[in-house]
Amino acid sequence: MKQDNDFSYLIDLLGGGRRLAKNLSSFTNLTLNEKTVYSWKQQGIPDKWKPAIIKLLIKSGNDVPELFFPPGMNIYNFNSSLSESNVLLSKYKDFKRDKITNENIKSFHKNMLFLRRFEEKVGQLYGLGLIGGFCHLYIGQEAVSVGIEAAIEKDDNVITGYRCHAHLLSRGASPYKILCELMGKDEGISKGKGGSMHMFAPENNFWGGHGIVGAQVPLGTGLAFASKYKNKSSLSVTYFGDGAANQGQVYESYNMASLWNLPVIFCIENNQYGMGTSIKRASAGTDLSKHGESFGIPGYAINGMNPISVYLGALKAVKWVRDGNGPIILEMKTYRYRGHSMSDPAKYRTREEVQKMREEQDPIEFIKKELLDNSIYDDEKIQNIDNKIRAEINDLADKAKNAVLSKEDNLYKDVLFYGEDN
Amino acid sequence: MSKEPVRNAIRDAMAEEMRNDPDVFLIGEEVGEYEGAYKVSQGLIAEFGDKRIIDTPITEAGFTGLAVGASIAGLKPIVEFMTWNFAFQAIDQIINSAAKTHYMSGGLVNIPIVFRGPNGSALQVGAQHSHDLSSLFINIPGLKVVSPYDSTDAKGLMKSSIRDPNPVIFLENELLYNEVFEVPDIDYTIPLGTASIKRSGTDITITSFSRGVRAAMEAAELLYKKNISAEVIDLRTLRPLDTETIINSVKKTNRIVSVEEGWMSSGVGAEIISSITSSAFDYLDAPPERIAALDIPLPYASNLEKLCIPDKENIYNLCMTLF
Repeated sequence: MKQDNDFSYLIDLLGGGRRLAKNLSSFTNLTLNEKTVYSWKQQGIPDKWKPAIIKLLIKSGNDVPELFFPPGMNIYNFNSSLSESNVLLSKYKDFKRDKITNENIKSFHKNMLFLRRFEEKVGQLYGLGLIGGFCHLYIGQEAVSVGIEAAIEKDDNVITGYRCHAHLLSRGASPYKILCELMGKDEGISKGKGGSMHMFAPENNFWGGHGIVGAQVPLGTGLAFASKYKNKSSLSVTYFGDGAANQGQVYESYNMASLWNLPVIFCIENNQYGMGTSIKRASAGTDLSKHGESFGIPGYAINGMNPISVYLGALKAVKWVRDGNGPIILEMKTYRYRGHSMSDPAKYRTREEVQKMREEQDPIEFIKKELLDNSIYDDEKIQNIDNKIRAEINDLADKAKNAVLSKEDNLYKDVLFYGEDN
Repeated sequence: MSKEPVRNAIRDAMAEEMRNDPDVFLIGEEVGEYEGAYKVSQGLIAEFGDKRIIDTPITEAGFTGLAVGASIAGLKPIVEFMTWNFAFQAIDQIINSAAKTHYMSGGLVNIPIVFRGPNGSALQVGAQHSHDLSSLFINIPGLKVVSPYDSTDAKGLMKSSIRDPNPVIFLENELLYNEVFEVPDIDYTIPLGTASIKRSGTDITITSFSRGVRAAMEAAELLYKKNISAEVIDLRTLRPLDTETIINSVKKTNRIVSVEEGWMSSGVGAEIISSITSSAFDYLDAPPERIAALDIPLPYASNLEKLCIPDKENIYNLCMTLF
């Protein structure tokens, strides 16, 4: 008969002597061999090792028997909000590949290709001098915006920094109005007064387009605050980059979001370079999805070059937030092929690095292969879709080129708001 | 009429607006259970609960940005800074996020929000806790800037600020919180952008705002004893500035002195004098003058501090040089 203080079963629960020895060794940086751990089955687990074992139990989602605690320790020493939220998250199942339909693959392809061709066009127009100022292209990162959008609802709120064209398009904003805005036209989404970095689409619940790195993070947290205040089910997807991840107000936002249990997905688009500074030169801890740990915010990294991974990973995060568990951090490991902005010396990385990413990790090539391997489309169909998208964007760009510039009577309008009737 | 300290007038204005509009809420450090570092929010958590009176961590950039985000989503936050000095931590969110978004969005997004708290010098709190931010904010298009003196104005202007669909900077003064003034018993508001003539006169115009109004009124009394009739204008709103009232006054008195407790350089006085010289130059019988805090960080020692802020004697002396 098992006694109340016989905890030998915990060794098996944690994978047996060999695995536990390995985990404890890596966990504590002390060397422990398998035989020693097996010997605990007879002799009992020494108090010295109990805290580490308790942490492993919590981490793996197992209950810790009350009598297992060594003298002077109790569950509260371990049960930080972090471990609670990690335990809870571990109970959320990963969404599996079988969730993906052919329709998903088709729409990922079409939507990503649209973003790619749109941004290529924007790059061309910039080169022609038809777009001015700062202009940040999304090329390479398409899987993130498209995958996330597929996992959220229209009445959810989205906000991001200045690399915003793709997120606007994913939300459903008019590509024509965006092109007009980029060229400073009267029909621009901000009447030509915002430009590349400052575009908003309230009817699509897209709230900018913000030019100050990291400043959109408390704003996005505030969108989530408003949802909770008004008892709405909508959540906020707050995008920022690896560069912004070191701003103080990001951590202030983590703190408040966790403290007040706000429905926000912090989505870090880690394209590995904050302007020209690689993440290794900028972040003391490069595991960005874990930066919420001390605030009790769980998070995980996702291959942001793969729209299926993004979509499935986002579905889990959306479920987490909708279930009322508060914030979560998604780190999208992604890559931008173009410079930070249109004026980028590109001295901080090699041509070969970019080429390798394009050849081996490209999200659109990946999804094309999915289409072909699963016989959803043939080469001809894929080419036709591409041609159609190119033609559509060319037409919109030509029309936008010919649109009138922002009218001078816009100049003094919209500084202050005078109410709906004015 | 009943007599109320400025502190209660501001509190009552917030409470009345919160009763009328469920989208209005108060957020800031110690506004709830502590009932305000200066007790301005006394009693509010008891009436409205912690869902609408929200204690924040000490995280000015964060909670200011969060409140602006909530405003983007349609709420009407009142953000309390324990003092305006701490708003420097949040200045990016006030200027870049709150003030500019309406314009940058081509009018698609508006930000109804009030930022409030005590501004300027108090008593011996040192340079970092004594900053007057008025001139800084009047430089920013997209903001309205309000700085009341008495209880009636504080209440009426606060109600208008909360109802305004734009970001409003509401600059209070710690030393006025305890001052008692009459407040009408009726439901009223005071429109933003209107100055108030606190004392009519014919010989010289003195403009000021916030605590400076008291010194200006005392100086006017000293001038009266010398048979000089001073008109005292309480600006009440600094942006948009009621230049019409100031110009009309100068057309009558032909002299003007601007009084402020902030620094002189590029200050509120510079703005007023510029307006007067371009719109009423021919009416001036003497150079337009201004008086402000000495051009140094405010010292701690009470004797030194007293030398820095304009008082009735300084104002009186300056006015006398114009005759």
